[in-house]
Amino acid sequence: MATKTRTVEVDLSTTGLDAQGRPQRVPLATDEAGNLVPINAAPAVEPELEGEHMLINIGPQHPATHGVLRLVLELDGETVVRCVPHIGYLHCGFEKIGEYRQYNQIIPWTDREDYLNSPGNNVAFALGAERLFGIEITERCKVLRVIASELSRLISHCVWLGTFCIDIGAFTPFLWIFQQRERVYTMLESWIGARLTTTLTRVGGMGADIPDGWTEDLANFVRTFPKVLDECSTMLTKNAIWVGRTVGLGAMSAEEAVNYGLSGPMLRASGVAYDVRKDFPYLDYETYDFDVPVGQAGDVYDRYLVRMEEMRQSIRILEQALKRLPDGPVNVDDPRVILPPKSKATSDMESMIHHFKQVMEGPRPPIGEAYVAVESPKGEKGYYMVSDGTSKPVRWRIRPPSFVNLSAIPKMVEGHLLSDVIAINASIDIVMGEIDR
Amino acid sequence: MSDRFLPVLAGHAEGSEVAPPTTPRNVPYRDGTPNPSVDALRAKFGEAVQRADVVWNETTVFVDKARVGEVIQWLHGEPSQRYDYLVDVTAVEYRDLDRPIEVVWHLRSLPYRRFLRVKALLFKGQPLVVPSVWAIYKSADWMERECYDMFGIRFEGHPDLRRILMWEQYKEGFPLRKDFPLRGRFSRSEQLRQILALNPEAKYSMEELTVLEAYDELSLEQRQRLRAGEKVGE
Repeated sequence: MATKTRTVEVDLSTTGLDAQGRPQRVPLATDEAGNLVPINAAPAVEPELEGEHMLINIGPQHPATHGVLRLVLELDGETVVRCVPHIGYLHCGFEKIGEYRQYNQIIPWTDREDYLNSPGNNVAFALGAERLFGIEITERCKVLRVIASELSRLISHCVWLGTFCIDIGAFTPFLWIFQQRERVYTMLESWIGARLTTTLTRVGGMGADIPDGWTEDLANFVRTFPKVLDECSTMLTKNAIWVGRTVGLGAMSAEEAVNYGLSGPMLRASGVAYDVRKDFPYLDYETYDFDVPVGQAGDVYDRYLVRMEEMRQSIRILEQALKRLPDGPVNVDDPRVILPPKSKATSDMESMIHHFKQVMEGPRPPIGEAYVAVESPKGEKGYYMVSDGTSKPVRWRIRPPSFVNLSAIPKMVEGHLLSDVIAINASIDIVMGEIDR
Repeated sequence: MSDRFLPVLAGHAEGSEVAPPTTPRNVPYRDGTPNPSVDALRAKFGEAVQRADVVWNETTVFVDKARVGEVIQWLHGEPSQRYDYLVDVTAVEYRDLDRPIEVVWHLRSLPYRRFLRVKALLFKGQPLVVPSVWAIYKSADWMERECYDMFGIRFEGHPDLRRILMWEQYKEGFPLRKDFPLRGRFSRSEQLRQILALNPEAKYSMEELTVLEAYDELSLEQRQRLRAGEKVGE
């Protein structure tokens, strides 16, 4: 099709074009007779807008708040002047319920608080209860728990990466990384039978030993997962848009981060090498060879880098755990907490009584209290339990890392743009189930 | 490992006396070694340090509630202690309602890798007030708010002490207190439990318990209010 060119003459005095012939915006108004007339008396400068702050409410039903977080923002133009978070929309009273449950009955509740880290919470709770009972778990159980903790760290970081990408506007890594998360869930399913709410541990052992051939699945995963991680990293780390959306946002200095009680990747991105696995080790983490990544600027980009590196270190730990996984029993041989075998419970009178009392009354720890912290993907997760000698704790306190990390969000977002609030909030990696409990 | 990260060896403690940390094994029940900070606290504060317990190798220091702010300030600032990380602020109420409520501060010294539990006792019948540590640790902001929300303990000096998990108009009390029923104070199950606990059938015959009989026993004013259409109960 031939294109025809033509020349259009324009009158320079035509309203709407300037001397160069470029279109000009002419505001119109109506005069008293109803005719449209241009408004020529435009103000020389824009009116002062200072002092006119706008209040904006984000959430609680908003996909970018990662749950039911509500942020009330006071904006000066697009800049956040003040941020007031409101939480509690998911408050279920887990700690109150725990006071009415036996120790093993609390473990399912730990699945549901930080639901992206269920195996890790189960391990943390079991460690706390075992401290309260004075139980030393078996070597095989320790390694299995390390595997569970690191797998759950991978799951949690996978979800964080995917949602963080979506919040900033990158969709592809979300799909890639969620496929890997699905593989971990499939492995957990074949191990314990559940995917999300695993209830993996018991006081003194595990709910189940790993099935035959499970280690090959894990070895396969450990071999192939870093490739996907590298692909995501290639997509993001040097991406100009990604860097532009994350660098310099929500920076916390090391002193501030410690003073605000940040933990986990949030604290390490600020340059503080505090990792519970290194500084207050549990499950023989001091015998594993892994590094703790530490950022420098403490901004959103550093948090991203730290979490990406943590996933690689988790893979390293998993490799070592696979090599050292010993044979032997999973559960301790301690009649205070472990049920007799089912075959004996149905044939032997004493075992049946023992089984009955274990189930109906529950194990009783001595009077005392214990605070056991683990390094969860979000930070330092601690369980503080107080026993008065009965089978139910007097107080079961969850030390939620997301809760403390989120409490610093007013400090982090103030002075940044409204669109950066979403990126900063995503970089905290909150789970409202844990914050509200 | 990318160049951006500095490799960090196990721990980063200052001072050569700190041994590399290991997983605790065979933790003793009561005969653990107390945290060295206890002696330092005793030397500094004397009588204000009421008692020190070691349970499962975790040291608990009971401090006079009036001076707990001062003690924590000292633990935070003193170069030989440096408890720079506030892990948690919470409270414990025992099932024995005569026992005092304990306010618990979990402190951690990142440089020296120490963990210390500080407790203050709040006796029943006295106002539940302790000093706030918000001025020392900014992380105490939400933790103290939660502790107030759940236990009704007032932290004096907190800038914005209001409910955090429950809504601000919540008037039914403090959920984690032991006198607060599991399903809430005004739940149907709790009302039923209270009525059954009164055991009306032991005091009245079934005839007396019928509605008409009960109506006759009402005072004149109550009957008028009922006739005027005032709703009773739900």
